[in-house]
Amino acid sequence: MRAPLPTPRGTLTEALTEALFEQGVLRCVDADSDDDAALALWMLYELHHRGLEGVDDALEWDPALLVLRARLEHDLEERWRDRARHLARPAQERLADGEDFAEVFFDLCAADTGGESLARFVQREAETEQVLALLRQRSIYHVREQDSAMWALPRLDDETKAHLVAIAADEYGNGHPDRLHAELWRRGMAACDLDTGYAAYVDEALPQVLEQNNLMSMLGLHRRLVPAALGHLAAFEVCSSVPSKRMVRGLERLGMPEPVVAYYREHMVADAVHEQVAVRRMLGGWVAREPHVADDTLWGAAVCLAAEQETATAVLAAVRDEPALTTGREAVA
Amino acid sequence: MSGEPTTAHEVLLCPDGPVLIPGPVTVEDEQGVKHHSERPVVALCRCGASSVPPWCDGSHKQVRRRPATAVPTPRSGRDLEDY
Repeated sequence: MRAPLPTPRGTLTEALTEALFEQGVLRCVDADSDDDAALALWMLYELHHRGLEGVDDALEWDPALLVLRARLEHDLEERWRDRARHLARPAQERLADGEDFAEVFFDLCAADTGGESLARFVQREAETEQVLALLRQRSIYHVREQDSAMWALPRLDDETKAHLVAIAADEYGNGHPDRLHAELWRRGMAACDLDTGYAAYVDEALPQVLEQNNLMSMLGLHRRLVPAALGHLAAFEVCSSVPSKRMVRGLERLGMPEPVVAYYREHMVADAVHEQVAVRRMLGGWVAREPHVADDTLWGAAVCLAAEQETATAVLAAVRDEPALTTGREAVA
Repeated sequence: MSGEPTTAHEVLLCPDGPVLIPGPVTVEDEQGVKHHSERPVVALCRCGASSVPPWCDGSHKQVRRRPATAVPTPRSGRDLEDY
């Protein structure tokens, strides 16, 4: 299933949308907002994921579009090298001092990133409509859960690869398509009367949500960034089991349908396994064999933490502003 | 196929965390209740705080740094001084 073509959010996404229907003839324009740039990159990455409705699949490797993608990615990486540096550096220094990798990694993930948690908000105070708005934002990622990290797989050494596959097998249902995490998500969405279509809510997605998804695509697609991609994946797992438990409590408090509660209940248990496998076996083993990858695994983890914090802050601002519930984008403008 | 076939399972005691064992597995708890999991790897709670025993749910992170364990974890010299 392809993604719907999003509504343009500025000059660049307008030019890109035209180009997608004119075989890559791209007008030379700049993005006129972060929102415009984030959506343009999301669209370009979508050509590598499932494709966009009505767009020729050959454009995935169109030189003019790849030039634009490279320009936007350069800005994205620079921005997040900078934003996540202060979080990653203490962990990198502890590792350089000879401390245990797993302990350093878990401590990094427990670091206070200075904002509110969406899961705590759902557990304690959210109303049903606010939870539904949150689910629509999360759906951009959950319909393709784990997919971006899979681009890293053929670039890994055998042992790291085996551990990544152990985690991925669970995410992808252990051979049972009906247990795929993305499928559990769709069942949860359907039970809440939400659209289960791939990227169905992209027009509602906040720029921070698009950026969070773009980061995962960027880390997965570039062989140079594979250590960061796996660091990001491991941090995502470490930061999932306890928040999933909070989500379960919040959704039960609101009497939300069982399938959506079941999605988070599954993650509470699955990710408690995945975090240990990811940090101790997958990354711990890799870093021991190839110490030069360590710093970028920690940077990737820091990117995950910082991007989730920015998303959480933006989503909370949007859902607390009642009139913005259906047009979340304007709420943070 | 190469090497001797082995029936030994690899179990990992995670410092400050659960014990990882290969699945699928059926775990019989203290009350004699059997819990089954089809996962390729499962994490069993060692801190006693899980909301879904016998499985780990990450609660050890909210409890304390060095969990009391049914299966003792080797500790470093520095940690022993903390006791």
